[in-house]
Amino acid sequence: MLIYAVKRLSVAILVALTVSLLTFSMIYLSGDPAMALAGEAATQADIENIRRVYGYDQPIYVQYFDWLGNALKGNLGQSHYLNSPVSEVIFTRLPVTMILGASALSFGLLLAIPLGVLAAMRPNTLIDRFALGLAVIGQALPSFWFALIMIFFFGVALRWLPITGSDSWLNFVMPSIALGYYITPAVMRLTRAGMIEVLSSDYIRTARAKGLRPSIVLFKHALRNAIIPVVSLAAVQFGFMLGGSIVIETIFAINGLGQLAWESILRADLPMMQAIVLVLSCFYIILTLVADILNAFLDPRIRVS
Amino acid sequence: MFRKVIAITALAAAVTLTVQPVAHAGKANDELVWSTNREATIADPYYNNTRELVIIGNSVWDGLLFRNLETGEFVPLLAKSYKWIDNVTIDFELRNDVKFHDGSSFGPEDVVYTVKHVSNKDNGVLTFKNVSWMKDAEKTGANTVRIHLHKPFPAALAYFAQAVFMMPDGHYTSAKANAEGKKNYGAVKPIGTGPYKITSVVPGESIKMVKNDGYMKNGPKGQPSIGKLTFRTLKEMNTQIAELLTGGVDMIWDVPKDQAVKLKDSGRATVTNAKTMRISYIAFDVDGGSGNPAFKNKKVREAVAHAINRKSIVENLVGPASVVIDSACHPDQFGCTQDVKKWDYDPAKAKALLKEAGYEKGITTDIYAYRQREFTEAVIGDLANVGIQANMKFMQYRALRDLVWKGTPPIHHMTWGSNSIPDVSAITSHFFSGGRDDPAKDPKVAAALKIADTSVDPEVRKAKYKEALEIISSELYWLPMFTYAKYYAYGNEVDFTPTPDEIPRFYTAKWK
Repeated sequence: MLIYAVKRLSVAILVALTVSLLTFSMIYLSGDPAMALAGEAATQADIENIRRVYGYDQPIYVQYFDWLGNALKGNLGQSHYLNSPVSEVIFTRLPVTMILGASALSFGLLLAIPLGVLAAMRPNTLIDRFALGLAVIGQALPSFWFALIMIFFFGVALRWLPITGSDSWLNFVMPSIALGYYITPAVMRLTRAGMIEVLSSDYIRTARAKGLRPSIVLFKHALRNAIIPVVSLAAVQFGFMLGGSIVIETIFAINGLGQLAWESILRADLPMMQAIVLVLSCFYIILTLVADILNAFLDPRIRVS
Repeated sequence: MFRKVIAITALAAAVTLTVQPVAHAGKANDELVWSTNREATIADPYYNNTRELVIIGNSVWDGLLFRNLETGEFVPLLAKSYKWIDNVTIDFELRNDVKFHDGSSFGPEDVVYTVKHVSNKDNGVLTFKNVSWMKDAEKTGANTVRIHLHKPFPAALAYFAQAVFMMPDGHYTSAKANAEGKKNYGAVKPIGTGPYKITSVVPGESIKMVKNDGYMKNGPKGQPSIGKLTFRTLKEMNTQIAELLTGGVDMIWDVPKDQAVKLKDSGRATVTNAKTMRISYIAFDVDGGSGNPAFKNKKVREAVAHAINRKSIVENLVGPASVVIDSACHPDQFGCTQDVKKWDYDPAKAKALLKEAGYEKGITTDIYAYRQREFTEAVIGDLANVGIQANMKFMQYRALRDLVWKGTPPIHHMTWGSNSIPDVSAITSHFFSGGRDDPAKDPKVAAALKIADTSVDPEVRKAKYKEALEIISSELYWLPMFTYAKYYAYGNEVDFTPTPDEIPRFYTAKWK
């Protein structure tokens, strides 16, 4: 198990490094970072001076390996736009994104799993159709549009909820729904399919024949097995929510990692982009490992193998 | 089961209903919240060159001079008076009643320190051209200072008024060095002499300011009226509008025309279209370096000029404060004349010119752009009407400028804001003095601009700028399009007048 974990970790680190190298190259391909820093009205002389003073006059590979060497020593560099250490900025912004990601995931799971179970219990009934309809809407609805509709109703018309910021839990209600609804279709379908399969299996029939209460059969025996692929999916989706909440953070002016990533791309803030990619890659690695451990906990066969 | 669900839902709704979000902005709190889609990450006008910091810079710091927007004159601000000693030396007598936000007195040492720090290349001021013309400064008396220039620079007064803000003596010495040993000058606590002082900076989120009660009396900026001023970053325009309608913010700008009209009609906000110093222009590949030889031919450039209905773009897309321009500068800039060759909208003539140039079957080209896609789309539509098939290449500014320097675009639709400097040297001289931005590298134009840029005689400057602008227009190195205008929307209780240089003076705002 340990060798397996070390192997997986090594591959994951290589993936993270490759992604960071690609990010570095792509940012350069999209334009000169010195030009971005100098601003629109800068002259050629201004840009040359910035390139010299801020270290952009080195070859790209030298800059990359400098960054990599410093990162290995724990120094993720300095943002020339924020005049602050990159790690400091990231860890200031990360909690907000974590809260948003966790609350959105909770909302998505709390909506999708019960719906999936209900749909599986009554396949091809009105409940099943309703759940599937909800899933189709979730898949078809662009999250930014859904967010704006919520802002209009709950923020502007009814004034129940604050529109922007991250000062209180109320600020997270609309963003969490907008972001969490996106994962509902996939989780709901997976839960439904898994439950239908499990509920028709022999051991469930046996459990019912033994006279166990329907709730025990459903939650203790059926759901526990049906939910295994959902755990893996949820882990991946959580990673997506941390890195992919750019649109939602932008609409609701949540000063999190997604917005920071977007700004960093726009202004070619190389050290910041590199660090964000690294941090998010690490999250994916950790989440995948956690999902594996959870699966092993839920299914003893995985532990044995 | 259903009863439980209903109970929980009702409880959640009750909690939600009882907690009313609080609007922070507005007259009741004496706090004017202004929002744009850009981040204000560093609160220092030398180390953050965004428009937002130019505006905050004017509220928090002062220059030696001040531009009276009504008369266009430069009047003393931190200075009491100024005098040109020769073409490269200027003396200032300073006010003796000015204090910085930390309570220290303003004096010649501060001017000398600021000039020496910002004009040193190694200190990494971002828009170095704003300060690079200053060579040195020296204290000449208890309240006097002399500033030396590298060479004659008649636009210096404009820069002293809008780009050279005074910092306290030793301000940047407290900057901490990063791991590479480079000092973070932009991270120093902001201290100015201006009508507002900064109380907090949350990078990416907000900059909060309060009124400087000790601000100089009888200064040209007057006294600030509103108690608190806050800048907030709200990236999404719909969110900005929602916050404006619910009292979360008091002022937004860059509102698209369709939304501005709806806001105005709703009566829930005051909407104004105001001038800016930015102009739009189309530049041509006049030497054929892009690989598309069509635009080397002047007749083709003339065809483009006759094909584009600039008046229609101004009226339908930009706004009533925008005007069509014929010259490669903004009409409000010193030395800018519109008395140059004009290219009227005449599609029939455009077709005839294309035929004369040997392109009767039309031309296919790429057109590069980076700002307001809809404006470029209108241009593409007009070109298509005369047989020029233009394919849009839309990208970020830094990527496009790189391509422009390499000579890749056959045509590019660009804009230039001149850093709001009201002088032709900030635009025409930048683009036509022979540098990498110069599409033509015409020695006659460069020679005229060189004289205009360095002469201290206003009449000589005007004459030489006119000479250069006439050549640019008649040769069609650029097709000047229109001035930009911005839609501002602000709460009905805000008494505010937008300024024509895109630098809102919040210290003049009041509550109704």
